[in-house]
Amino acid sequence: MPSLENIANNIHQWLNNNFGAPWPMLIEFAIVGLCIIGLFAMLGLVLIMMERKVSAWMQLRLGPNRVGPVGMFQTAADTLKLIVKEGMTPAGADKFLFNLAPFIVMIIAMVIMAPLMFAKGLQMWDVNIGVLFFTAISSVSVIGILMAGWASNNKYSLLGAMRSGAQIVSYELSAGFAILAIVILTGDLKISTIVNSQADGWWIFKGHLPIWIAFVIFMIAVTAETNRAPFDLAEAESELTAGFHTEYSGMKFALFFLAEYVNIFVVCALGATLFLGGWQPLHFGTDTQFNQWMDYIPSSLWFMGKTFFLIFVIMWFRWTFPRLRIDQLLNLEWKYLLPISMINLLLVTLMAIMGWHF
Amino acid sequence: MYRETEILKQPGAGEPDVFGDMIINIGPQHPSTHGVLHLVITLNGETIKKVEPHLGYIHRSIEKMCESLSFRQFIYVTSKMDYLSSHINNHGCCLCVEKGMQIEVPARAQVIRVLMDELTRLASHQLWWGAGAMDIGALTPFFHAFREREMINDIMEETCGTRLTMNYMVPGGVMVDVHPNFQGRVHEFIKHFKTKIDEYDELLTGNVIFQNRVKGVGYLSKEDAISYGCTGPTARGSGVSCDIRKLYPYEVYSKLQFDEVTETGGDCLARYLVRMKEMRQSLSIVEQLIDNIPEGDVQAKTKAVLKLPKGEYFSRVETARGEFGVYIVSEGGTTPYRIKFRSPGYSNLSALDHMARGGKIGDLVAIMAMIDLVIPDIDR
Repeated sequence: MPSLENIANNIHQWLNNNFGAPWPMLIEFAIVGLCIIGLFAMLGLVLIMMERKVSAWMQLRLGPNRVGPVGMFQTAADTLKLIVKEGMTPAGADKFLFNLAPFIVMIIAMVIMAPLMFAKGLQMWDVNIGVLFFTAISSVSVIGILMAGWASNNKYSLLGAMRSGAQIVSYELSAGFAILAIVILTGDLKISTIVNSQADGWWIFKGHLPIWIAFVIFMIAVTAETNRAPFDLAEAESELTAGFHTEYSGMKFALFFLAEYVNIFVVCALGATLFLGGWQPLHFGTDTQFNQWMDYIPSSLWFMGKTFFLIFVIMWFRWTFPRLRIDQLLNLEWKYLLPISMINLLLVTLMAIMGWHF
Repeated sequence: MYRETEILKQPGAGEPDVFGDMIINIGPQHPSTHGVLHLVITLNGETIKKVEPHLGYIHRSIEKMCESLSFRQFIYVTSKMDYLSSHINNHGCCLCVEKGMQIEVPARAQVIRVLMDELTRLASHQLWWGAGAMDIGALTPFFHAFREREMINDIMEETCGTRLTMNYMVPGGVMVDVHPNFQGRVHEFIKHFKTKIDEYDELLTGNVIFQNRVKGVGYLSKEDAISYGCTGPTARGSGVSCDIRKLYPYEVYSKLQFDEVTETGGDCLARYLVRMKEMRQSLSIVEQLIDNIPEGDVQAKTKAVLKLPKGEYFSRVETARGEFGVYIVSEGGTTPYRIKFRSPGYSNLSALDHMARGGKIGDLVAIMAMIDLVIPDIDR
């Protein structure tokens, strides 16, 4: 099976053999940093293109089709336009916070990618609290949004930021409970252990109904956490024009926009890792012939395929559903999702203790 | 008749509280006001305490302009009032002039007029459906609605020459006969739209989020609807029977089989359902008439220069948004002495504050969407 593990190990050894003490680590930092920045930009471009094509498909349109083959370079052209555009700072804004906010949102979106396992052996940081790291860091992004809303000195922005704050803080709970369900079954917070535990079957198949419930709740909660429709109250263009980033323009706006898409990627990748087996291929118990065929598909393709499927589902939500109202949004979380996920967690615990899962 | 709400009864209600409340301007440039409407809303958190519409950003003094235009010319200015039901506006004006000149409209022209009215109503309701869904947050219905609206626009373009402000009606009938393709294309449209209107229901009406967004929102009781002068689907959603086509039939409406749609909910959902059912009624009217267009002239013989006898004339028609009234005072000359238009949007908007108080910002947007505001109709 082709694996990226050997390449990374070879580079590591080569660096250690040829350079003195602090250098290998610094060079590796630089390589990883460049990779993340490259991935960030690539993901932004690809996902925005995908969103536009998916929405066009659902809305009886063609979508972008002028710049490059089938409009491939449309997002690149848009990004270029945003880069050369003036990044305005409104007169009444708190200049420091206003300019800091997009960077906080972006940096968090980048940092959160660290423990993701993109393929077999392709992982930047296999931290022993991997899943906890996700939940901890993703909750910091609300600070960037609140900062943007407050510093803009705009009432629409403020309303959007307050909505976003209420929403993210609430939905983190059920997202956390859904993640805990897997942690209980696996017994570890480490991403690599969670992925390896699914070698003989993904949790969505092994975990019976409670894991299905956890998966659905997870998808709803992360849609809300990333401020996507039908939970896009923080932006709500028909109510608040653009919510917390009303006053942003040029590249500062683009950073929010990119961060939104990278966040979608990250939460979908997490969903794929926890519930759909990460890079693990699809295996059916004893059918070795089938399992071998599946093993020939590279692990990175498995991971990306699952992730992009979940991203497609989240886009599907956006282009189908109307938006909820703020009180309905909070009711959904506190009255339905949270109690259900709590009870579900108990069920999963019982299942894990009794060993009822496969 | 004016019913005071709970909030109004509290002392100082509706006035901004120095510490807790926020005054926020929605418009004149805002995606959900559908034009240049300016709303000053007083918010307590997300809850609306007061909505104050500020009008006049697109006031073109059409009524004054009409005073210097002849009885043939002024009709075309009215297309620019409620541009989504321009046919029906023209129709109202023609009816008023015909009443004054005592012109008998040929049977063929009458049927063509009604057909055009109903197609316009359908196009207007389709746009409302798409734009309303967009206000509530669903972006896809807009494109589905435009697919069907495009077919109507094509039909209009073929017969009238333009797609939006058709200026097809003249005193005494219609300007020219319908295009030879007219019947075929309308049949095609009927066949297409009959399946698509069920798709509309599937896509939006049954959606649980949509239902939650509109059910019980923006309640307007029957008494309030009457006292605010609401007409059209806004009033019919509150159970007021006010369809001019039924109450004061004009042209061939008295001979047609159709129901006046009323709902008793009084909320946004009721107004939504009224419009959805009206679309089906309009479709059935078009279906009844399209194969029964009588032969004959499309225009009565009239003098080149119309001079209305001295007096006051009034006529009313049912536009897609409600009752449209035309009031002409003539001194016997070639131009009207005074013209007053009673536009449905203005009265419907006046109930906005009443409906929106105590709701959230999202509710305000939903209420505005379900009133179906057309700002040039309000400002004139």
